[in-house]
Amino acid sequence: MVVVTTRKGRVAKPISRRTVFKMGLATGIAVPMSALGQSPNRLRPQPGDQLVFEEGPNQDALVRPELLELEKRPLSALARDPETQVLRDGSRLNRIMIMRIDPELMSARYQANVAEGVIAYSAVCTHTGCDVTNWDEGQLRMACPCHESQFDIYDGAKVVGGPAPRPLAMLPLEVVDGIVLVAAGFRGRVGFTQQF
Amino acid sequence: MIRSSIFLCCSLVSSLLFAQDLPPYNPVTAERLLNPEESNWLMYRGSYDSHGFSNLDQINTDNVDGLVPIWSFSTGLREGHQAPPIVNDGYMYVTTPQNHILAINARTGDLIWRYVRYLPDDLQQFHPTNRGVALYGDRVYMATVDSFLVSLDALTGELIWEVAVEDYYNGYYMTMAPLIADGKVMVGVSGGELGIRGFIAAYDVMTGEEAWKTYTIPAPGEPGSESWPGDTWQTGGVPVWLTGSYDPELNLAYWGTGNGGPWMGDTRPGDNLYSSSVIALDVTTGELKNHHQYHWNDSWDWDEVSAPILIDFERDGRSINGMVHAGRNGYLWYLEREADAINFVDANPYVYQDVFTSIDPVTGRPEYDMTKKPGTGYEASFCPSLWGGKDWPPAAFDPESRLMFIPANDNVCSTMVGEEIQYSPGRSYMGRGTSENGGFFVRPGTNHIGELQAWNVDTGERAWTTTFESQNWGPVLATAGDLVFMGGTNDRYFRAFDSRTGEILWKQRTNSGITGVPVTYTLDGKQYVAVQSGWGVDAQREQNLLNMAKGESHYVPQGGVIWVFALPD
Repeated sequence: MVVVTTRKGRVAKPISRRTVFKMGLATGIAVPMSALGQSPNRLRPQPGDQLVFEEGPNQDALVRPELLELEKRPLSALARDPETQVLRDGSRLNRIMIMRIDPELMSARYQANVAEGVIAYSAVCTHTGCDVTNWDEGQLRMACPCHESQFDIYDGAKVVGGPAPRPLAMLPLEVVDGIVLVAAGFRGRVGFTQQF
Repeated sequence: MIRSSIFLCCSLVSSLLFAQDLPPYNPVTAERLLNPEESNWLMYRGSYDSHGFSNLDQINTDNVDGLVPIWSFSTGLREGHQAPPIVNDGYMYVTTPQNHILAINARTGDLIWRYVRYLPDDLQQFHPTNRGVALYGDRVYMATVDSFLVSLDALTGELIWEVAVEDYYNGYYMTMAPLIADGKVMVGVSGGELGIRGFIAAYDVMTGEEAWKTYTIPAPGEPGSESWPGDTWQTGGVPVWLTGSYDPELNLAYWGTGNGGPWMGDTRPGDNLYSSSVIALDVTTGELKNHHQYHWNDSWDWDEVSAPILIDFERDGRSINGMVHAGRNGYLWYLEREADAINFVDANPYVYQDVFTSIDPVTGRPEYDMTKKPGTGYEASFCPSLWGGKDWPPAAFDPESRLMFIPANDNVCSTMVGEEIQYSPGRSYMGRGTSENGGFFVRPGTNHIGELQAWNVDTGERAWTTTFESQNWGPVLATAGDLVFMGGTNDRYFRAFDSRTGEILWKQRTNSGITGVPVTYTLDGKQYVAVQSGWGVDAQREQNLLNMAKGESHYVPQGGVIWVFALPD
């Protein structure tokens, strides 16, 4: 959010970065994202980004399909720009959970987001923004420790329990030369939605 | 000014529209807070002693069955609506989840202004709720879930100042109603599941300048620091998320403190002062004058954050300047408060509790059945559940009948196992592994969970208990009309009980489940009762687990509504 102070100096009118960007287009003035505080590490995962384990036995290693066990607890990971090596750790909203599934069992609608059995969902719950770090191995559900929302990993993180209003956002993946890469930006809105 | 109310223009318009219906605003003075008139409800529990009691008796056991809704107001928000409507001579202030403040004409139910807070997208809300405003002068104060303290104009809603109490990104947030005394506005921080180091901070009530900040975990070298090994003190939790009680004669505020973190006690061997305790702070300096720890090295998520109710009670022919606390650990604690000490008097279970094996009769220190204490890689079951015999919903005390009313939960238990966890700023730092059925179960052979209990504080005897099949998350209001008001059950009822017997005399089904703090006040000499209905947070979470445990799918609708009741003219 950017604050524009009026000439009267009393009322601050909040406007969005998008609006500022449009203003820049309309006036022919370039408005670089970095000028708006959007440094590269805060950007959401970008197409072509690599993924790096944040935890587990392969912490800090690049994510490769063979490093993940089928239907085992999801692991947290972050995207990394392969050219600049900038880790996209500047926002909670960039956190993702990755796991290995049987691609045959994934709902058809989400098949294109799976890369050699590897899938990635946003780690941020759509209810109130907590990290979805719990795992129900019996039912293959991701779960939020805050309010017990549960998500079906084989159905696009569809909500199957608890108060979350929407599925977790999904991050489409691809595998190039044995390395898991981000194929496209998040599918679905990341995090919670202000109600009012 | 850093931010202003986004509804500033609308606020001004609304004020003009309804100005004719409203009297001049009556500034809230220190004297009024010390001796609040019975016609108003000026603070979280009505008075500094946290009695949650009103001397009003127009509505009483003889006529309460005629109580009817007068007006209602939909907040437009979901989740836990827990705040009391704070009333000052016709002006009502209500907070909601997401840190809205609604200023309402208490006579008509018309909106005067609304403060809407834009919360950061990357905020995580473990507890999406707020428990109310504090009033002083011509201002309204609120602690926010993104960890700010805000001060607004009571008439217009204009933001006067806001201060960052801590950085939400590191797991700090706030849900409590502030406490105002001695020219200071005091708040504590939540985040016991996020690796915070808890504290209470005081700010000048007019300028917002920080006056003092007192941590609930001592730093190395400070008294009590030996109870935290290594660096565990830096991320040990011990939040304070409910409003303290205040004794103006001692100039001490009594605050309850929460669990240590991570949840498993074996990650931080030691007593972990001042977790799961009551601490007494000098309001002028913030100095921690004394404390009593209810239980050491918590491993059950038993926050003891409810402030003790300041009650002078009798014991063995002696009158004691005391305080009473219905612990989340399932014991009812009687303590003596002095300028330089908190003395243990006695403690006994008020719900089924299978962890404590004994209580030291002098110090009050409990001993544990260690098979009931979960640890890292060690799964244990224990009763009551992690939500305890009583969670945050406040109890009340009737000084005439000498009865204390406790909104309790019995017969539900937890199973927990710890797993290793690494600290990362702002991330979950509980270290709780997965247990069957969400680690929650109902004791076999029992027929209810929720209870409203009445205890005589002088005899220590239970006077009566009214039970509910549902869990109970209902804050309690007691009145001189020999009535107790409480919601809290998953059937959405708001009820009035005969405070002498526990008999239900009146009930109203509402839009949602009631976890709001009820209040009472008068307008033009007529008594009203107000409460928010709006289910969510842990009441909903427990419902999810009960559904799982029972194989049911009981549904409690969400969405907040302010309800105001009175007798017909």
